[in-house]
Amino acid sequence: MKCDYCDSPATVFYTQAIGDGMKKMNLCDACAADHGLTDGDAYPMVEKIMDDIPEHVELLADDSATVCERCGFSLEDYRKVGRLGCSYCYTTFANEIQGGLEKLHSGITHEGKVPDGIVQDIVREKELQSMRDELEAAIAAEDFEKAAKLRDSIKERES
Amino acid sequence: MMRFSTLMKHPADWMTGKNTKNEVVITSRIRLARNLSDVPFPGWSKKTERVSTMEKILPAAESLKSMKNGFIHELSDLDALQKQVLVERHLISREQAARGTGSAAIIDRGQRLSLMVNEEDHLRMQAIRPGLKLKEAYGALAKVDEQLEQDLKFAYDQKLGYLTACPTNLGTGMRASVMLHLPALVLTEQIGQVLQAVNKIGFAVRGLFGEGTESLGHLFQISNQSTLGESEQTIISRLERVISQIESHESNARLKMLEDEPNQLSDRVGRAFGTLGYATVFDSKEAFAHISIMRMGAAMGYFPEGTMQACDSMMMDIQPAHLQLHAGAELEPEERDLIRAEILRSRLQKLNAPAISLRTSEHASDLDVTGDLNLENE
Repeated sequence: MKCDYCDSPATVFYTQAIGDGMKKMNLCDACAADHGLTDGDAYPMVEKIMDDIPEHVELLADDSATVCERCGFSLEDYRKVGRLGCSYCYTTFANEIQGGLEKLHSGITHEGKVPDGIVQDIVREKELQSMRDELEAAIAAEDFEKAAKLRDSIKERES
Repeated sequence: MMRFSTLMKHPADWMTGKNTKNEVVITSRIRLARNLSDVPFPGWSKKTERVSTMEKILPAAESLKSMKNGFIHELSDLDALQKQVLVERHLISREQAARGTGSAAIIDRGQRLSLMVNEEDHLRMQAIRPGLKLKEAYGALAKVDEQLEQDLKFAYDQKLGYLTACPTNLGTGMRASVMLHLPALVLTEQIGQVLQAVNKIGFAVRGLFGEGTESLGHLFQISNQSTLGESEQTIISRLERVISQIESHESNARLKMLEDEPNQLSDRVGRAFGTLGYATVFDSKEAFAHISIMRMGAAMGYFPEGTMQACDSMMMDIQPAHLQLHAGAELEPEERDLIRAEILRSRLQKLNAPAISLRTSEHASDLDVTGDLNLENE
């Protein structure tokens, strides 16, 4: 994700709940520092910036995701036919769907069969994530030799 | 590959119901819904996407041991009548029958297992068994599911379970359903109460052919509604307990009719047999009603062994598509009614008349009248 002010990768994220929706702001280290948002007392600043510079703030109302970015299915379609476009729609329209589950089912969390291999997948994904974290740390520490090694083993595992 | 005609020649294992207690619970079915994770659901897929989904699923399905020499056909290869016959046999759904290119049906030789590709979900698989055998059916299907998982990546979420086109199937993706024959509960007018109670505890009740159909031949389908929040085993045990209770209600109602009004019961069974054997015009509804009473009579010992199975195959064979397949032509409803009666008359000729024992108030002992109805003894 990119910084809302420049093209550097964002490392500082702010989310503010407002009414039914939320406001989000993503900043890189440098821009966050420029706006005085890096120290612990920065909270009041965030609100000020969010209000002052609305063009940099993504406003996400509860149902702002009206179309699934993967398959193009719309929330309106779902409300009409009661079916979804693809498995990713469950993420896109999570708020809408979640509310209805209680009425349909005896619970809202899966208690049944777990597909074979899913457990390994989860373990693998966790390992990969910690390697990615290490990689970032290595880059930040300018330990490029270690970073290169990590990059290679991540690639290997991903394939 | 198995041809359609071969499939039709052999009744399914569950239709003959050999060595199984299926007087009240005719069949048990388990259905699982699965989807590939990276393609839109069938209803939102383009034709090319559906075809490529099918091409991914078919080899995995064909390599299943249980599908060896099975029936594997794209829906577009089957004509409307053939599809309808498969629906009447419960091997594919009505929804699937409406589909063509990009959808497929895979059925094993024993017609105990069927897979539908690109129905509402990418894959719907079903196992069917005679009698109350939900656990057995689930066991068989779980194995198939595990084998398919080796080749296919199913859409799954840790919190929501298996992801399905419709949130009503979310989680286990499992529908466990049981087909019940409940003539005595209908005749004694207890059925409303029983079904209401079933509904109250979260199970769905439907007529013979799924949603929106009225009950033919005193046949009812009961299935779970909730698929999320409980394990497959919990859902199945809960349903089995309820079904066992209904089963004993039905058995008790039959016994009570036999005790309280034996002559009326004999009369009903005798009339059903007589009508089926001699009527010349039969619509589905009336035919089903009589076969139902005869089936109950068979379960209660009015007929020799094997009669109940004969009733089950009559119920199967008088359905519209089966009739037309038999006649080899498309038929108008009035023509169907004639052929239906003709088939039933010829079937009945091969069956023994009910063994009726009449009880009269003057005679303390029962009079045994076997063979043809012989009322001279009264």
